[in-house]
Amino acid sequence: MTNGIIWKLIIVVGVLVVTLTIAGGLIWVERRLLALWQDRYGPNRVGPFGLLQVLADMVKVMTKEDWLPPFADKAVFIIAPAIIVLTVLAAFAVIPFAPGVEVVELNISLLFFLAMSSLGVYSVAFAGWASDSKYSLLGGLRAAAQMLSYEVFMGLSLMGVVMMAGSFNLVKIVETQREMWYCIPQCIGFVVFLIAGVAETRRLPFDLPEAESELVAGFHSEYSGMKFGMFFVGEYLGITLVSALTVTLFFGGWLGPVLPPLVWFTIKTFIMIAFFVLLRASLPRPRYDQLMAYGWKVLLPFSLLNIVVTGGILLAAAN
Amino acid sequence: MATIYIDNKPYVVKDGQNLLHACLSLGFDLPYFCWHPAMHSVGACRQCAVKQFRDEKDTKGKIVMSCMTPAAEGTRISIDDPEAMEFRASVIEWLMLSHPHDCPVCDEGGECHLQDMTVMTGHNYRRTRFPKRTHRNQDLGPFINHEMNRCIQCYRCVRFYCDYAQGRDFNVFACHHAVYFGRHRDGVLESEFSGNLIEICPTGVFTDKALKRHYTRKWDLQTAPSVCVHCGLGCNTIPGERYGALRRILNRYNGEVNGYFLCDRGRFGYEFVNSGQRVRTPLMKNNETGALEPATKGDVIERLSHILYFGANVIGIGSARASLEANFALRALVGPDRFFVFDETRRRLMATMIGILKSGPARTPSMKDVASSDAVFILGEDVANTAPMLALALRQAARQRPMQDVAKLKIPLWDDTAVREVIQGEKGPFFIAAPHATKLDDVATETYHAAGEDIARLGFAVAHELDPAAPPVPDLKEEALLLARRIALFLKGARRPLVVSGMSGTSDSLLRAAGNVAWALCKTGHDAALCFTTDECNSLGLGLLADLGDGYVSDIGKAFALAEKGKLDAIIILENDLFLREDISRVERFLEGCGHVIVIDHLFSRTTGKADIVLPAGTFAESDGTFVNNEGRAQRCFQVFVPEGDIQESWRWVRDALNAARRPIQWRTFDDVVAAMAGEMQQFEAVAEIAPPAGFRIAGQKIPRQPHRYSGRTAMHAQIDVHEPKPPDDADTPLAYSMEGFEGIPPSALVPRFWAPGWNSVQSVNKFQEEVGGPLRGDDPGKRLIEPTGGKEVPYFHEVPGAFVPRKGELLIVPLYHIFGSEELSVLSPGIAGMAPHPYLALNPFDAEGLGMNAGDEGEVVISGNTYRLPITLMASLPQGVAGLPSGLPGLRGIVFPAWAKTGRAT
Amino acid sequence: MFSILRTLWAVFLHAFRKRVTVLYPEVKPHIPPRWRGRIILSRDPDGEERCVACYLCAVACPVDCISLQAAEDEYGRRYPEFFRINFSRCIFCGFCEEACPTYAIQLTTDFEMGEYVRQNLVYEKEHLLISGEGKYPGYNFYRAAGLSIKGKGKGEALNEEPPVDVKDLMP
Repeated sequence: MTNGIIWKLIIVVGVLVVTLTIAGGLIWVERRLLALWQDRYGPNRVGPFGLLQVLADMVKVMTKEDWLPPFADKAVFIIAPAIIVLTVLAAFAVIPFAPGVEVVELNISLLFFLAMSSLGVYSVAFAGWASDSKYSLLGGLRAAAQMLSYEVFMGLSLMGVVMMAGSFNLVKIVETQREMWYCIPQCIGFVVFLIAGVAETRRLPFDLPEAESELVAGFHSEYSGMKFGMFFVGEYLGITLVSALTVTLFFGGWLGPVLPPLVWFTIKTFIMIAFFVLLRASLPRPRYDQLMAYGWKVLLPFSLLNIVVTGGILLAAAN
Repeated sequence: MATIYIDNKPYVVKDGQNLLHACLSLGFDLPYFCWHPAMHSVGACRQCAVKQFRDEKDTKGKIVMSCMTPAAEGTRISIDDPEAMEFRASVIEWLMLSHPHDCPVCDEGGECHLQDMTVMTGHNYRRTRFPKRTHRNQDLGPFINHEMNRCIQCYRCVRFYCDYAQGRDFNVFACHHAVYFGRHRDGVLESEFSGNLIEICPTGVFTDKALKRHYTRKWDLQTAPSVCVHCGLGCNTIPGERYGALRRILNRYNGEVNGYFLCDRGRFGYEFVNSGQRVRTPLMKNNETGALEPATKGDVIERLSHILYFGANVIGIGSARASLEANFALRALVGPDRFFVFDETRRRLMATMIGILKSGPARTPSMKDVASSDAVFILGEDVANTAPMLALALRQAARQRPMQDVAKLKIPLWDDTAVREVIQGEKGPFFIAAPHATKLDDVATETYHAAGEDIARLGFAVAHELDPAAPPVPDLKEEALLLARRIALFLKGARRPLVVSGMSGTSDSLLRAAGNVAWALCKTGHDAALCFTTDECNSLGLGLLADLGDGYVSDIGKAFALAEKGKLDAIIILENDLFLREDISRVERFLEGCGHVIVIDHLFSRTTGKADIVLPAGTFAESDGTFVNNEGRAQRCFQVFVPEGDIQESWRWVRDALNAARRPIQWRTFDDVVAAMAGEMQQFEAVAEIAPPAGFRIAGQKIPRQPHRYSGRTAMHAQIDVHEPKPPDDADTPLAYSMEGFEGIPPSALVPRFWAPGWNSVQSVNKFQEEVGGPLRGDDPGKRLIEPTGGKEVPYFHEVPGAFVPRKGELLIVPLYHIFGSEELSVLSPGIAGMAPHPYLALNPFDAEGLGMNAGDEGEVVISGNTYRLPITLMASLPQGVAGLPSGLPGLRGIVFPAWAKTGRAT
Repeated sequence: MFSILRTLWAVFLHAFRKRVTVLYPEVKPHIPPRWRGRIILSRDPDGEERCVACYLCAVACPVDCISLQAAEDEYGRRYPEFFRINFSRCIFCGFCEEACPTYAIQLTTDFEMGEYVRQNLVYEKEHLLISGEGKYPGYNFYRAAGLSIKGKGKGEALNEEPPVDVKDLMP
């Protein structure tokens, strides 16, 4: 029993350390990758390969003046960046990194993830509202609408996987992929989930809540110092989370030959993250109405179709 | 009103104008050179060409000079006609044939009318390959720099200097393309208005030699509307500052006061602001050594607090060169009964003057009114030296009567050549009665040189001739009586007669005589004006301030008496050198008898040498203030720049003293003082309305003191600290120490400089006027505080003085005024100091002969115990028994005029 | 949808291209001669200061980082008493060079002006004045100007007639 608790504690601490480090490291990874795809070098001056750039950035962001706008709604303004980091970190609790390497094994872990990612909306909505500035408010509004909408397709797109696995338990879902990764039978669900994932994390090309060319920096225009840093870290944590979940749901999680399960999981996750960066490097931002129309008019029918077809086939197979 | 058509659009213009005047008033950009609103048209430069059409069917038209064409009903012209535009561009190209490649090193650059007009016409490339004609320059004295190569032969300088200001040592020489504008040989320009050549010349032939020593372009000057402090006329000026020093004074147009011109004392006298004589830190007397030592503001306030809180017997002495607000503040500090102003003579003169202006029907004229008077009678005043700009206005007045004949010939008054052809040398009635020959004698019909009493008697006699109800003069000499009759005859025949007198005659019977003449004219149905000159920029304001209720004015003499009665604890002297006001030994005794002497001033003087505490005050350029000129017009002068260190406005020092005396006063800003003054003193009610208050904004913006092209903002302080300082705030006025703010035309009292798009030169004033040459938009600034009584009842003065009787063995010493030298502040400017005469004693040749002396001999004169040894100058116009001594020159200060003195050869 | 995938692929292929970044300071870039770098004040062919303190550079400067004061020698030649450029404000736009009527102020190819102390970026005349003519050899403003200076009287400039004798009335 005590051993169990200690083991869990080690995992909790491990997950926290690893995910936060990765989130920080991702800043460097993203800049280097973007540079690679744009025929540049990216940060390469601070430390070997510019690795210490992240450290320098952290020192900078922590020593910067943490300015509270006098016109802001102070309490909400302070809470908002904390919410995003908290919800994303909480969602990591249910990710099975390898057999037995997970914080909790819930039989509704997928629903837990969906719940946590829904809570993330509050962060950006609060931030936009509490800043009491027009750009922030517009950013917050966009974020709320965008995230709530894509929440729907994200959930629906996963139903195919759930039906095929017959469980909301992520461990079970991984286990059922020994034969075949769900990205093949659930290709529609996979694509929809990927797109919704990008929208949920407000990453390019769906970064309309920030849209620096129109809204300065959107919902976090008024943020500076470590509060801004929290949003930043929150965004990278989000990428990691969605990548990890994609791997878990569609690419067989830790499953793989020869190498240990944790390594497989890490490799797959990193490939997903790199794909996210590639998206950012390649695609332009759509207009806001295009984004919403695309969600409701394309993704929704497709995910519904996916459920119907998957359900039909499963029923047929069961019969 | 006439309707004219410009490019087929109808416009309504005033009858009788010329087209150029009308077009400029309507806001069109039409280039011109030789035309000037004060000097009108001669059609010399051919630059203002437009195309005139017979009627709407005429498409061919003909090119005419708009300045020489009347704007008659139905006139059709085109400014944008291609042929007219080409014509104008060609004219500029011809004018520029020999113009040197000088703009970068030319002081006119950036405010050059020629540059503006060249850009306006579109000429931009020199096509001619022929060599340029060149000229040698002349040394024209300390004020004017001459660079003849740049001349475009517009003749404006000659027209101003010879025709308008009637100077005689400047003209045009040579012929054809080599005409030369200058003197017959190198030498100082004699006219006291020579400085206006700088603004008159459309290019850089005549530039400011004083500015050249610390040259700054117009776009780099921080400017604010200001008022000249060098005499009582209150001409409007634009002082410009750069790098903490005052760089120049430019004329600020005020249709009622100085118009387009300034005198050389006003234009070049500003350098006292930059002088080494300035008090720049608070000073306190070291109790051990007895020397004045720099102290911090805190220490000084602490000492003041001690003195004023425990001292029961504190008096204050006001100043005629300090603003109304500073004087009012001091009066509030010490109490009205302990506030003293003027010396005994000036107090008497001022009381008489204000009495005459307030109790009679004669109106004080503005300088514009003076210039349009058609008969002038001057009593005992050397106007050219005591109030120079008034002399310029009087010179125009001498032309008014002949001009009435011109009008009868149906010659438009703007056709200057024709007008002068008709007038020739003719002059209107102009009588000068003065103790000696004056510079205005050349325009005078008749002059009368006599002692002050005799001049007053002549005045009384003239009044009696005009109106038998006025008192007669007993025992008047035949000669004077006949003159009086002639004067009376001419004055009667005039439409707008003018009587001029003033303080420099040092005699109140002169003022009374002038009053009687003006009143007699008013009573007999003339629109007569009465102009008194005052000696300092705020003399009349101080007179009004001190003149409370029963007309009680305490002068310094009363303060002396008070000091003799009981020891005074402290005396606060505001911007005043007492040694200039009263007899030196009396002042010396007085100051030694006072417990503490506190002096608020901006210059070191003999008085500050006697002080226990000296507080550094701001000059006119470093403080806001209201000054009342001789007309009774209260005008606002705005701070131009923030001085370094502890220098602050006099009223702020007084306020600090009040707070130190634990009588806290809620004066935070200048407006608070003005409001307190306007509330307490009925005569100053209008002062608050002279200029908009500090809260005034246009489109939410203040009015910038710096032009929008102001340069060097991020570099001018960089050698001290690379981080730029915050620009100073200005809580006192609607002006800002910034280049940001409202760019358009502000209310007339707040115009910090004249500039309009495409018009960088002073000619841009056209855009600020309701009609070119007329009042500024929103009326000329300033409010008159004195208006005459409406009734016909005149309280004639009956105290006719006796005739002057020369004494045996003694001469009556009268002051001789010098435009350069007699004024306390301007004489600290190097240029003016160089022009000031050396001290001398002027004698009538007969008196000199009687004393056995010749010109150049060293004479000795003893005035109230002080002996002065001076070279003798012979002055034939001085009456016998009267001698003249230059007033106010360093070395001749503290003499109370007039004085009887023993004179003889120096032993 | 296909175009998006094609874009992704095309961008991905860039991973194998050569990088265009020049690794300054290890590799020095080529600086064209008309580069707008550190500002200098040049001298005329006679070795005198070219600057005549006309203030045109100061007024042309969009960030107002030039300040100077004109002075004049005893023969009437203008020069700046002080001339200061605050390079911490300068944006190297070159307007001052364009405004300069005497080719005095010039922008050079030197751009390596970094300082740890901002105050060191304030350059006075002694830091700005070079001993040569810079980019525009041969020009001397005073040879063309009508103003007389030491060694050049009235009528001795380019394309000028000797001074007029005012007393001569011949046509």
